Amino acid sequence: MEPRVGGGLVTRPLVRWGVFALVVVVWELVARAAGSAFFPPPTAIAQVGWRTWFSGPAVLTEAAWADVVPSVLRVVVGWGLSAVIGIAVGLLLGRSRRAGEYLAPLLAFARALPPPVLIPVFVILFAAGTPMQLAVIVFGTVWPVLLNTADGARGVDPVTMDTAEVYRVTGFRRLRRVILPAAAPRIVAGLRVSLSLALILMVVSELMASTSGLGHQLVVAQRGFDFPAMWAAIVLLGVVGYALNAALLGVERRALGRSTG
Amino acid sequence: MRGDLVGSMVEVDDVAVAFRDGRSTTTVLDGLSLHVERDEVVCLLGPSGCGKSTLLRCLAGLRAPDRGEVRLRGEPVRGVPDGLGVVFQDYGRSLLPWSTVARNVEFGLAADLDRSTRRARTEEALEAVGLADAAGRRPGQLSGGMQQRVAIARALARRPDLLLMDEPFASVDALTRADLEDLLVRVRREYAMTVVLVTHDIDESIYLADRVVVLSPRPAAVVADLAVGLPRERDQIATRESEVFVHLRAQAAELLRSGLSRSGAHHGHPGVGERGERGPVVGVGDDPGDGVQREHLER
Ligand SMILES: Nc1ncnc2c1ncn2[C@@H]1O[C@H](COP(=O)(O)OP(=O)(O)OP(=O)(O)O)[C@@H](O)[C@H]1O
Ligand SMILES: [Mg+2]
Repeated sequence: MEPRVGGGLVTRPLVRWGVFALVVVVWELVARAAGSAFFPPPTAIAQVGWRTWFSGPAVLTEAAWADVVPSVLRVVVGWGLSAVIGIAVGLLLGRSRRAGEYLAPLLAFARALPPPVLIPVFVILFAAGTPMQLAVIVFGTVWPVLLNTADGARGVDPVTMDTAEVYRVTGFRRLRRVILPAAAPRIVAGLRVSLSLALILMVVSELMASTSGLGHQLVVAQRGFDFPAMWAAIVLLGVVGYALNAALLGVERRALGRSTG
Repeated sequence: MRGDLVGSMVEVDDVAVAFRDGRSTTTVLDGLSLHVERDEVVCLLGPSGCGKSTLLRCLAGLRAPDRGEVRLRGEPVRGVPDGLGVVFQDYGRSLLPWSTVARNVEFGLAADLDRSTRRARTEEALEAVGLADAAGRRPGQLSGGMQQRVAIARALARRPDLLLMDEPFASVDALTRADLEDLLVRVRREYAMTVVLVTHDIDESIYLADRVVVLSPRPAAVVADLAVGLPRERDQIATRESEVFVHLRAQAAELLRSGLSRSGAHHGHPGVGERGERGPVVGVGDDPGDGVQREHLER
């Protein structure tokens, strides 16, 4: 049982964001008091961030087009490719017992590889740049979608499948009316994990081998001892991650809440 | 066996089904034979776990028997046959929780029907089961009895000429159950249908059926084949009080019990379950004179 008093209070967005604001204020005060060049206060970070990315003619500056947009696109496109591949292959593996059994060990191994270890390989294959980063992101994020989808597709209630069989609902219609909706919660769970992974891999791949993007910007700032800029890149990465997750959550609410059949 | 008979709908001929699970084998059906006429309502009455659902799955073409043959309209069943409606025992799991009631009913319609026909059929079927108002709701928002009616509506919307029902009213309260039974009696009259209904409720089987087939415990065999000599018009109170009904109920109860005690003697009998061996169960098969008790009680 949830405690009734306070339970309602905590869930109110105003209160939650109040705590967030409080932490920022404390950080500001501590940073000012300490006066360390390594830890600039949030206001300084915000100023730098604003100047660098959002003071352009049409809001976004040239730097924003060079750093932020490529990063976001890499995450979204890489993750989108993973979603398409993962769902398609996952459905196949989930509904074909033979394919599932043959490929299980291979999948278990591929999934166990920490995705960043493949960055050197992909650098050789694609040279540093967007194709390399997409390859890293796709390879790292396809597994949660694929395995969750396969599980979801495998777990469709046998009585439901019998019903589809009896009423001759086959092929694409069965996929759309039965298997996809049944697997949807698992697929969405996989997509959510993949999105977080995609963000991480985007940053890592940009840190390691890139000439654009927020990760690259972060390294440049760090090497130039421009700590406010470094922190600004970090904060912006957080904001981008938060925004993407919020967007997914919104889509998810609508998709799972709405009639799928 | 009886393929030459006019009006024959379902023929089950010496069907055997066994489940193999590692080393152990469970024989569920062993040489069962059965015959259903067109437009007949036949209730399969048997104890829990005797293999009724398995038999129904064979009729629906969801499982091929290990031995013997199931024929529909004289044709051997290979895969799910045409013109079939099925109400599964676990109706809750056979409905699509993510689709509305209307979409669930429409699910049972052939894919090549046009949109307006689909809508009309869906509405008609929901009307028939008294759920016209619930068309836009989800199965999860309905009571068990209402969900069951959705499953029935789905089967009816298809306009099947064979309706298979697996303990369709087992998990609803007595009042709802009586309503659903009467619903079946009514729609069965409105749509010309052959109905095979599985139950382990003696009263229900007699109330609904033209013929009650009593099955023995696993492996299910036909113990008796009782013609219910009641008029097609049934009434929850008058019918159940009628002499014919009371007599049949006593008889069916007796047969069920004798089936149970026979199965006790069944164990350890050498050779039982072998191909062609029918064991000591009286009345396997459906040829007259094979030991199956046949009763024709007229009012
Ligand atoms: N897929 C399966 N694998 C193994 N055994 C099975 C399987 N399906 C059914 N059985 C066994 O077959 C027997 C008959 O099952 P079935 O479901 O046909 O019985 P039933 O007469 O419908 O029972 P109930 O009245 O409880 O619904 C049971 O003992 C069951 O354990
Ligand atoms: Mg059953």
